[in-house]
Amino acid sequence: MWRATAGVLASHWRRHPGQTATLLLGLALATALWTGVQAINAEARASYDRAADVVTQNGRPVIRDPSGADIPLEIYVALRRAGWPVAPVVEGRADIAGRDVTLIGIDPLSAPVLPAAEPTEGSATPETDTEGLIAFIGPPGRLMAAPETAARLRGALSQDVLNTPDIAPGTAIGDIGIVSQLLGLQNVITRMIVVADPPAHAPPLAQLAPGLEQLAPEAGADMAGLTGSFHLNLTAFGLLSFTVGLFIVHGAIGLAFEQRRGMFRTIRALGVPARTLGVLVAIELAIIATLAGAVGVGLGYVIAAALLPDVAATLRGLYGAPASGALALRPSWVAAGFAMAWLGTGIAAAQALWRMARLPLLESAQPRAWALASSASQTRQALAGLGILCVGAFAGWLADGLVAGFTALGGLLLGAALGLPWVLARGLAFAERRARAPLTEWFWADTRQQLPGLSLALMALMLALAANIGVSTMVGSFRGTFTGWLDQRLAAEIYLDAGTEDRADEIRTWLDPQVDAILPQVWTEAELGGEPATLRGLPNHATYRDNWPLLTPASGVWNALERGEGILINEQFARRTGTSTGDVVRLDDWTAPVLAVYSDYGNPGAEAAVGLRLFSQLHPNVPQVRFAVRLPVADAPKMVEALQNEFALGADQMRDQAALKALSLEIFERTFAVTGALNVLTLGVAAVAMLTSLLTLATQRLPQVAPIWAMGLGRTQIARLELLRSALLALGTAVCAIPVGLALAWVLLAVVNVAAFGWRLPMQVFPSDWVGLTALALLAALAAAALPARRLGRRPPADLLKVFANDR
Amino acid sequence: MILTIDGVRKSFTGPEGSVRVLDGLHLDLAAGETLALTGESGSGKSTLLTLVAGLDAPDEGRIMVSGQQVNALDDSARAALRRTTVGLVFQQFNLIPSLNVAANLAFQARLAGRLDMPWLEEVTGRLGLSDLGNRYPEQLSGGQQQRVAIGRTLAARPALILADEPTGNLDEAAADRVLDLMLELSRDSGAALLMVTHSKRLAGRLDRRVHLSRGRVA
Ligand SMILES: Nc1ncnc2c1ncn2[C@@H]1O[C@H](COP(=O)(O)OP(=O)(O)OP(=O)(O)O)[C@@H](O)[C@H]1O
Ligand SMILES: [Mg+2]
Repeated sequence: MWRATAGVLASHWRRHPGQTATLLLGLALATALWTGVQAINAEARASYDRAADVVTQNGRPVIRDPSGADIPLEIYVALRRAGWPVAPVVEGRADIAGRDVTLIGIDPLSAPVLPAAEPTEGSATPETDTEGLIAFIGPPGRLMAAPETAARLRGALSQDVLNTPDIAPGTAIGDIGIVSQLLGLQNVITRMIVVADPPAHAPPLAQLAPGLEQLAPEAGADMAGLTGSFHLNLTAFGLLSFTVGLFIVHGAIGLAFEQRRGMFRTIRALGVPARTLGVLVAIELAIIATLAGAVGVGLGYVIAAALLPDVAATLRGLYGAPASGALALRPSWVAAGFAMAWLGTGIAAAQALWRMARLPLLESAQPRAWALASSASQTRQALAGLGILCVGAFAGWLADGLVAGFTALGGLLLGAALGLPWVLARGLAFAERRARAPLTEWFWADTRQQLPGLSLALMALMLALAANIGVSTMVGSFRGTFTGWLDQRLAAEIYLDAGTEDRADEIRTWLDPQVDAILPQVWTEAELGGEPATLRGLPNHATYRDNWPLLTPASGVWNALERGEGILINEQFARRTGTSTGDVVRLDDWTAPVLAVYSDYGNPGAEAAVGLRLFSQLHPNVPQVRFAVRLPVADAPKMVEALQNEFALGADQMRDQAALKALSLEIFERTFAVTGALNVLTLGVAAVAMLTSLLTLATQRLPQVAPIWAMGLGRTQIARLELLRSALLALGTAVCAIPVGLALAWVLLAVVNVAAFGWRLPMQVFPSDWVGLTALALLAALAAAALPARRLGRRPPADLLKVFANDR
Repeated sequence: MILTIDGVRKSFTGPEGSVRVLDGLHLDLAAGETLALTGESGSGKSTLLTLVAGLDAPDEGRIMVSGQQVNALDDSARAALRRTTVGLVFQQFNLIPSLNVAANLAFQARLAGRLDMPWLEEVTGRLGLSDLGNRYPEQLSGGQQQRVAIGRTLAARPALILADEPTGNLDEAAADRVLDLMLELSRDSGAALLMVTHSKRLAGRLDRRVHLSRGRVA
């Protein structure tokens, strides 16, 4: 009995290779989507982290000589011996091939951030970590530089020069020994990076190296918060793609049952117990899920690698890179991929098996009756969806915290998906009532009858579209915020750090006649409303008036600030304490009126700002050694070079913000491009799900189509109507998806983000994207419908006649 | 008695409310006996067969098949009964579309665990299906499909054959050949046959004839 039954189950897949292929494809693509998203997520995170690191130099404090003099190597050794976790850096400028290049030497074994190089072209065998490390240290050693710089250096040096997109142009990084040699330095280093906090028992810096100072990273420039938020949103996108994938798997498995309903009934009538059949089907599905899951994981890997031509490059850094030189197929992705295939199959199968167990053994279900029956269940399902939506909205509105945010997210997705068939059915019923001609009436009624069979695919399509809209809104808003953040924090062309007040005066005097403005950058620790905060002094200058992101712009704020009549506070503090414009708040010993609130993306702490004059009065001891320099953008690179030559300012002391901004944005753009490609992929997978459903329905639909054909409608005409039907359903789905996608983005930005980080990303909408997406959805639906429609158009009349011959 | 039907009632609820199809039906069938069940369309003949096969349950009454009360058994016991004791020939054939004719013919016997090749070949030959073994059900005519459905049941040698208009799609000569085979089998193996038919001529060739009317034996 077991073998005979198993044979019958297998015979179905052998007899219908097309159905087998679409089932496997649907499952595999859903798995691939999920695996690919995970791989790309990891990569996007890595590249975002790098963008942040380039700007903030990983936010680690630095130890150096205030006058800019070199540090004897013995001091470094003494610090290490005393337990200070410091990494040595040498830096200097050298004339190579007629151009000035900044050379930075690091110790690869202790440096906190290492740039990631692209693989060397034409190298036959990828090198291992150890090989990479040995080649880096040399001799002859290797240097890493941005592609243009690398091209210039190559040939002029005996060292290999690797392309490393994350390094600022005009700079090359190499092993400390190699760079010292190139710079002609002996037994000295330029500065030390404090890799981690020194242990409590370590003697203080003042005792070990009295002449040196430790400089904290620039306040507010810490992008950890911003990065964290982006990571969180990417995680949410991963979740979305998981849901889309689940729906697709669910749909594919559901169809595999639907296709074999008659067969199951027959073999049960012939004496196969429900339990036997259930066990065999479960085994069969487990095999299918495993097969498709394996294909999907592989496919996801290929997709990720193809979408990220530089994934291999970026992950294959010098160290910690996979030996294969390609994107690592991490066990966690593989496991998650299979989990997806199994979970989706499991959920779908449990439902289908339960239904199968209750399947009446007698043939009573006529298609029309089935549609009617499912109209009731459609309403039930829509009500359930509405309930879930309400729970989600309730959670989003009333509760706080991440759990509430994700509950809202889940409720929104699931509720909207469940409600979709009902909404579409109502729309079709409305059209049916309005129809005058009998053919149009039949068309609408027939479409409505097809809806139950298509609804899972349409739900997947809607989720894919909503995820698309949600994610592009989120990412677009994020990009806007990021650019805004750069503009706000890095509004000036050059930032420099003179180190000591004497040098600051020197540089100031030298700069003054050559630039538009020199704006002191000062901040100190303060107590704001009883909690520790950063207090900034803002010079009275258009740079701030024009760029400082006030949430409630009011006239006169800047003048009042300049007069010392109040303070500005950041959004985090305002939200946390419920303070708003017009309130007063304690700043150290002063009860200060709040003039305005400003957004301060990514800063986890409280911050306040006062006018520079007042700041100097309040904290006369804070030296003015850092400056923002305003000058025409085009002159900035030359000025940086002049400053370097005149005052020997190192790369950690001066930044050409235009170059840094461009670099950060470029790395960021790469992430966006990948997200875009991923969106298209999601839609493609949804289209495959639709194709699967349509192909299955096509065979079951003959009895409905045959009478229409017999009554005188041509087969091509029927086929054309089928195309139109798919397009209309996709259109309806897209229209429903837009508000869901926007709600999704809103939850991500305004609930999840605020819950996680205490600040809100302003939402920006991109209606032109929606039009494009709708067009894409239509295209996908038409592509999915083309094959079944063509088949129907070419169906031999004999097939249609058969419907009448034995009445099924 | 291979089959005892005792006071069986069955109603269906349709759009017009509840309709009583069987109303206190009594019927006995001895082992090896052949019985023709007639009645106008909609009188409940197919319904009765499904109750006997345990595909559906009566509202009231008792159905005993070879000593077991069908409507008191659980699903797997009823399935076992269909597999080993009762052979069904459906009005709608219910062939398995993904199996070819040869595999369809052998299927029930394999399920029952008593595939007997010489007997299967004999049944196949006498039903005129020898040349069609490699075809699939969709490539057969209605009459051919019906013969496969009959062959599938006969090949498994059940003790009780329930046949729902097994000759409805056959011409007279073919119908006679099929009935010959069914009668021969029931004689050889002591199988009982309960056959629904509209044909008086065929009904006359069976041991007994029962007419269903208003849910009872008239
Ligand atoms: N699942 C069902 N739901 C509702 N009514 C049903 C169902 N099955 C059968 N009926 C009704 O029960 C009655 C008996 O049906 P049945 O199929 O047993 O008739 P029959 O005697 O086999 O007719 P025919 O000779 O046409 O095959 C009919 O009126 C039919 O409409
Ligand atoms: Mg009948």
